[in-house]
Amino acid sequence: MKYTVLAGAAALLAATSLSPVMADDIKQGGSMIVTYKDDVSTLDPAIGYDWQNWSMIKSLFDGLMDYEPGTTTLMKDLAEDYTISDDGTVFTFKLREGVKFHNGREMTAEDVKYSLNRVSNPKTQSPGAGFFGSIKGFDAVSSGEAETLEGVTVVDPYTVKIELSRPDATFLHVMAINFSSIVPKEAVEEWGADFGKHPVGTGAFSLEDWTLGQKLVFKRNADYWRAGVPKLDQITFEVGQEPVVALLRLQRGEADIPGDGIPPAKFLEVTGDPQYKDLIIEGGQLHTGYVTMNVKMPPFDKLEVRQAVNMAINKDRIVRIINGRAVPANQPLPPTMPGYDTAYEGYPFDPDGAKELLAKAGLADGFETEIYVYNTDPNPRIAQAIQADLAAIGIKAEIKALAQANVIAAGGEPDQAPMIWSGGMAWIADFPDPSNFYGPILGCAGAVQGGWNWSWYCNEELDKLATEADSMTDPAQKAAREEAWRKIFISVMDDAAWAPVFHEQRFTMRSERLGGPDAIFVDPVHIPVNYDYVWAKDVQ
Amino acid sequence: MGGYILRRTFQSLLIMLGISFVTFVLLYLIPADPARQIAGRSATAQTVENIREQLGLNLPFYQQYARYLAGLVQGDLGRSYLQKTEVGALIWSRLPATLLLMAGAIVCELVIGLTMGLIAALRRNTATDTSLMVLSFIGVSSPQFVIGILLLYVFAVQLGWFPIGGYGTFRHMVLPSLTLGLLGAGWYSRMMRSSMIDVLRQDFIRTARAKGLRRWQVLFGHAFPNAMLPIIAMIGIDIGLFMSGIVVVESVFGWPGIGQLAWQAIQRVDIPIIMGVTLVSAMAIVIGNFVADLVAPLIDPRIKLR
Repeated sequence: MKYTVLAGAAALLAATSLSPVMADDIKQGGSMIVTYKDDVSTLDPAIGYDWQNWSMIKSLFDGLMDYEPGTTTLMKDLAEDYTISDDGTVFTFKLREGVKFHNGREMTAEDVKYSLNRVSNPKTQSPGAGFFGSIKGFDAVSSGEAETLEGVTVVDPYTVKIELSRPDATFLHVMAINFSSIVPKEAVEEWGADFGKHPVGTGAFSLEDWTLGQKLVFKRNADYWRAGVPKLDQITFEVGQEPVVALLRLQRGEADIPGDGIPPAKFLEVTGDPQYKDLIIEGGQLHTGYVTMNVKMPPFDKLEVRQAVNMAINKDRIVRIINGRAVPANQPLPPTMPGYDTAYEGYPFDPDGAKELLAKAGLADGFETEIYVYNTDPNPRIAQAIQADLAAIGIKAEIKALAQANVIAAGGEPDQAPMIWSGGMAWIADFPDPSNFYGPILGCAGAVQGGWNWSWYCNEELDKLATEADSMTDPAQKAAREEAWRKIFISVMDDAAWAPVFHEQRFTMRSERLGGPDAIFVDPVHIPVNYDYVWAKDVQ
Repeated sequence: MGGYILRRTFQSLLIMLGISFVTFVLLYLIPADPARQIAGRSATAQTVENIREQLGLNLPFYQQYARYLAGLVQGDLGRSYLQKTEVGALIWSRLPATLLLMAGAIVCELVIGLTMGLIAALRRNTATDTSLMVLSFIGVSSPQFVIGILLLYVFAVQLGWFPIGGYGTFRHMVLPSLTLGLLGAGWYSRMMRSSMIDVLRQDFIRTARAKGLRRWQVLFGHAFPNAMLPIIAMIGIDIGLFMSGIVVVESVFGWPGIGQLAWQAIQRVDIPIIMGVTLVSAMAIVIGNFVADLVAPLIDPRIKLR
């Protein structure tokens, strides 16, 4: 039944032609209040990398590429057009003319070059620097030998050429992530390390006021190059509000969007109330929660044992434990990700079959092991459910509930954590491309000390296929590339490196006075909300 | 007097140094890797190494501590790992809210505590006395997050008299001040009661009554000021009590003070902020005690500073 809900959501996502979003008859004006629990850390696009500032940065800055609102479909943003060389290593971007930064200066190709150099420079301490590894000359900049990327050249004020050291089919996605936002050199140099508190971009909104620890006010960029966008005149972000308080305020009409979503404690109450039926929005996330099994630690070196674990876990029950805020998973990729295999059925829930597999592996009497888990709710409860499921086939798993950093550290050691439940630390894609779900968490590159491949699964054959898939840069090969990735992830499942458990769904709410298609309130890329396209009903 | 102040100042500085050392050691021992945290999950090993070097996290412990102290004497509390802002600026911008909340709490605890204590003392060993003391006992022993959420639920959510958390107007201030002040009010009512009972037994009270003063004149002119003495000394010490309370109260009410800053930093292991807030709080406690000691002889000449 969960699958039908999901299929419906996916169809809706695909069918959203966005004509209602782009419609010209929606008047600009009005304002909204968005609340968050934590302080906003920074609005520097080279540094910001959390749930809260991700979409704020997208509203303040633009990159060469972006995604159509509410979807995972790439579209041109500051790039008016681009060409890709036949071998897929040279990208030439033609920039829009007349785009102005919030300080009034026109954005040119020099700014693109400056921004890419800045984010790659180790002095910037960008957590996203690694995404630019395919640009020619990155290694020299990264090691401090060079200040500028050899591969980035300004052809003329409105043309920039980027040469890669290897074909990279994900490069357009890289140009769409926040880290490649275009920033003006003079503002960065003026504010130095405090640029994140005084952001200047080309985005739909500009930062008008920031009272530390209290609120931020975004004002509509009247000179924004995209006509009719954004819809609102002003957005106020109020910080320091617990999700439960935020929800109460929304119910009393004091706030419009709870940025942290509907808190678990209130979930059943709110979703069960007919008054809020039309205001609650559900959306998919590019997220998978999984159990890793360290293939370097016996008995998980045996395929049958890993398969048995896959068959022992009752995923439906785990989804019920978290009040149905997820859909069961049978493969690493989330359903909204290109390359997801809708025909694949995965391992069935079959404890008897699992016991047979254990017997085949010579472990008919079971064995003792440990499962590491992040110690905040609901993760320990989920681990207990997995523990009970494993006990039913004779595996006695001791739960090690630890702080997040400790679990991550244990996973990064080759011989410490036999099993890890990934909840609370799990992979959410940086961009909607299947390759982002492979390299660091399932590829050989991630199976290193301090890495994120906690299964320590390293299949060189698959790594080769992955490299091949990422070399298919021709847009005409899109389908072939997705097919290649589909095969890779199904092979991973054949080897049972993970036991995928569920894909989290996002639930949020909006006040009655806000308009806009549901998809932008649970935007898969502009997380959590695509602020640029929200409109106010009271000014229509 | 001058010598006393000098000696106390020196002692205070030593205490601060000790606190900074202990906090630094504790935070150093936390098994989290700040460099990896800043670098994020997509970072390469080289990026992590670069960050570690830039922050001096690869240095031995004593050098890291020396660097921190060197910054500290210049008034530099460092830069937040996650907020990427000067810790000093973050604390400074949030200090007014915290001070305002504390002032509100002091008013609440004095008004409520002294009134309750006074009534209880005058109605000693009656049902009024007993019920007031039970109330004060509840005030002292209830966790603040319970009181806070309870007040929020009843007066903000159900009755709608006050806003549900936030900051800005007098109405925003009432519930958090009350929550923070109730604990002290409990203590004060008990202290006031016993101190008042004590004073009322004194000879000078009987003399005052005997020379024909009215009951309320005796009460407020003679008894009350004397009963207040031990309590005034307490207010300074209270600041320490508040410092632990604000972390909870500010988080419950979304009050933008340094307690909330500390709570967010603890959750995200933002070490420079935790360190900074700890030092500022410790300083507030040290200064609070110091001032209380200085003020005591001004109020009661029998106390001498040595």
